[in-house]
This record gives sequence, structure tokens and C-alpha cells, in this order.
Amino acid sequence: MSKPEFVYVTYIETTPEKLWQALTDGDLTERYWFGHRIASDWKVGSPFRFTHPQRPSPAGKVLISDPPKKLAYSWIGCTEETRDEQTSRVTFDIEPRGRVVKLTVTHDDLDERGKTLRGISEGWPMVLASLKSLLETGRPLPAAIKEELAHG
Amino acid sequence: MDDVFKALADASRRSLLDRLHARNGQTLNELCDGLAMTRQAVTKHLAVLEAANLVTTIRHGREKLHYLNPVPIHQIGERWIRKFERGRLAALSELKRQLEKRDE
Repeated sequence: MSKPEFVYVTYIETTPEKLWQALTDGDLTERYWFGHRIASDWKVGSPFRFTHPQRPSPAGKVLISDPPKKLAYSWIGCTEETRDEQTSRVTFDIEPRGRVVKLTVTHDDLDERGKTLRGISEGWPMVLASLKSLLETGRPLPAAIKEELAHG
Repeated sequence: MDDVFKALADASRRSLLDRLHARNGQTLNELCDGLAMTRQAVTKHLAVLEAANLVTTIRHGREKLHYLNPVPIHQIGERWIRKFERGRLAALSELKRQLEKRDE
């Protein structure tokens, strides 16, 4: 097994159940994940996909589904540029730590020459910071909201 | 947030973050390699960075690997940088980078 390329950690004042819901509910992901809605029945082996009104979205298959502790899915590139890259893998580990919950996101099996790698190293910190903000304050971070300002 | 600023207010710790940025997922031995710091000093600095959540460690087989965790830095950025400033700031950073490159 090769070592993971990225390991991101954030501590969020919430419960494991609410965090699980935020990761798996399209109404919630839409608010903090650049407007992308996630959908799946979250059974192991089932497909999941993101949808976005204007942009291509990633998709994949559920690999591990152990609510509210561990979720993993395969990740298939969503743009013309990343479509031919190998499928990578995203794992979320949710651990209660006193008043807060530790969320660890691991992304591995990335194509080293690929564009996904670069996109992810910029995308995950923003998504996680926004997720934390949404769960703690009820508001996502401005940069990760869908472009409502651009449209209005 | 105080932890993050304190952890970043040290050139040796920033250089450790730079090394992880260049290559993520290193062992203590790899991180010490070529540094003018004792192993104990590196261990101490890594503990401060880990406490501030700027570095994450995972067990991989028998090795302990260190990863750069930029999430807290991103939170600081988001606190004072608004959506439309981002583009202008990126343009300024790029301008500075280009101008300074010519002087080399």
C-alpha cells in the first residue's frame, strides 16, 4: 500500500451524527461545497455523485459506510482534463474528542501526473474550512458558496 | 487561532512546513535530513506544529508520517479575505513573484 498523498484534519464543535449528515446530505453539501449536491443511498457498493447546475462534478462508488464513524468513496475525475486519470480514494474518519469532533480526510491513489492532485491540494482546505464554519455558525465561508453573487 | 500564529512565528517551524509542502508525508528522519537542527529540536518544533493542527501525523506500517495540514491557515485567510479580494490578491502575489524572479 502506498502512503496517502494528503491527510487533512479539522476539529469541529459538533456531533459525529451531524458531521455525518453534512458529508452525505445534498442540501448541506450544496451550501459549503462550492454548490455541489451529493447524492447516494450510502450503501457499500452503491454509486454516489455530485451534481452542480453549471459545472462538472465528481462521482464514484461507496467503499466504506459506517455511520457516524467512517465513510470512504472512490473518486472519479469530473472535468475533461481529469477524466482519464486513475480513480482515487477519499476517506473520512470521524472521532469524538470531548466537546469537539476530529475529522480526518485522507485522499490517496491519486495520479501523480494528474490535475486532480493540484486541484485537490487547493480544494480540500477550502471545503473543510467552510464545512467547519457551517456546522459551528450556521454559515458557510463566502468563497465556498455557490456563485450567488455572480448571478445576482 | 493563537496557537497557529505562535507556531508560525518561528523560521525553523516555517521551514519544516516548507519541506512538507515540497514533499508531503515524511518521517522524522527524512525531515531531519540536511537540516541544521538537532533531532530533538525538530521533534519539539513538530510537536508545536501538531498542537496547532498545522501538521498531522498518521501511522503507515511501522512509520510515522508527517503531513502539512493547511486547513487552519485557510481559516485565517478566510476570516479577513473576501471573495472578490481573492483574485486581486492572487494577481498581486503573482506580480511580486514575477518581478522578484527577474532580479535573481
